[in-house]
Amino acid sequence: MNRAMLDLWVGFFVAIGLVALGFLAMKVGNLSGASSGETYALYAKFDNIGGLKPRGAVKSAGVVVGRVADIKFDPENYVAQVTMQIDARYKFPRDTFATINTSGLLGEQYVGFEVGGDTEMLKTGDTIKKTQSAVVLEKLISQFMFNKAAEPSAAK
Amino acid sequence: MLDSILGSIRGLGRRVTDRIWRLGFASRFFIAIFLHSGTALRRFSLTIREIYFTGVLSLIIILVSGLFVGMVLGLQGYDTLQRYGSSEALGILVALSLVRELGPVVAALLFASRAGSAITAEIGLMKATEQLSAMEMMAVNPIARVVAPRFWAGVISMPLLAALFSALGVFGGYLVGVQLIGVDEGSFWSQMQASVDFRQDIVNGVIKSFVFGVIVSWIAVFEGYDADPTAEGVSGATTRTVVTSSLAILAADFVLTAFMFRGI
Repeated sequence: MNRAMLDLWVGFFVAIGLVALGFLAMKVGNLSGASSGETYALYAKFDNIGGLKPRGAVKSAGVVVGRVADIKFDPENYVAQVTMQIDARYKFPRDTFATINTSGLLGEQYVGFEVGGDTEMLKTGDTIKKTQSAVVLEKLISQFMFNKAAEPSAAK
Repeated sequence: MLDSILGSIRGLGRRVTDRIWRLGFASRFFIAIFLHSGTALRRFSLTIREIYFTGVLSLIIILVSGLFVGMVLGLQGYDTLQRYGSSEALGILVALSLVRELGPVVAALLFASRAGSAITAEIGLMKATEQLSAMEMMAVNPIARVVAPRFWAGVISMPLLAALFSALGVFGGYLVGVQLIGVDEGSFWSQMQASVDFRQDIVNGVIKSFVFGVIVSWIAVFEGYDADPTAEGVSGATTRTVVTSSLAILAADFVLTAFMFRGI
């Protein structure tokens, strides 16, 4: 096989290999959709984060507006401190309410922002004051059971 | 009686020291490849010729197996996921298993048996027919002229082949999942894109396939260079290439996975 033919085939091979990588990055991965742009950090303290994990989503009105960057235990107050990187395009009022929700019954947990009415906006490094912990299913069930057990005696 | 026991202990010891000797020689050989890579990179047409033989000629087997592995993942994944009512997660399952594990590993195993064995046989036969000695007589370093181009060709080809394998696999999963079974196309792609991270999953997959490329090419050129210069020796070296590199790929995959995906 002559040199030109060889170069043609190898060039073709490298080209489709790179196209495959591009396909993986753009179509399979989230490189195109990911807002790799500016972000700012917000903090929130939760009594219980349940199954929240780093890289989990931060959503407001169901739209992903940021990611959970880090989760640490605060040894002074015995709560979990969650660091979130929020897309710089979105600003939230100071009285925004952060809750930990579950997508679907068995889905992942994410931080949900319920927006308040304050005119001042949260800045980089601010801590969200109002938070609500994750719902722990076992606690919910045990509460329900205790209530059920208490009912007949109360009726008498 | 005593003699036979002593004999077997001696045999064991000889085998152990032989392995360690070969490992040391292989490591020295690995460094020698790097030291003599100048020619392979300067006269890049040498390497291009080898990329043709290792990469381009492996295309068919990689593409076809990728497609079928993806299609099987689509069928099997759908069967399991629909029991939990989450068949839309098929895209995640197919893409993550291909990009993280199956793409790099299966492509490397196929590459070892398709291209690695050919490299070993070629270099081993060159040694058996004393072509390597002839080169040395002409003051041409066989490591620079024969070994290094094949090594670099393998290292360059492997990540590209693994990416092609993963891409065709995702396409195969799409064909079966969306076109054949009828999973919703929008959620197939969007859930996949939401869960597959570029840095965490795709880049780590490429790093894996690069490491496998180094391992397979190293073992293949070493076994060829170290082969006994007989017909039997060359066939034994070819078998060892496939067996050793398959085991090394799987062991390295475990180590890399433990480093990359711990706790996420």
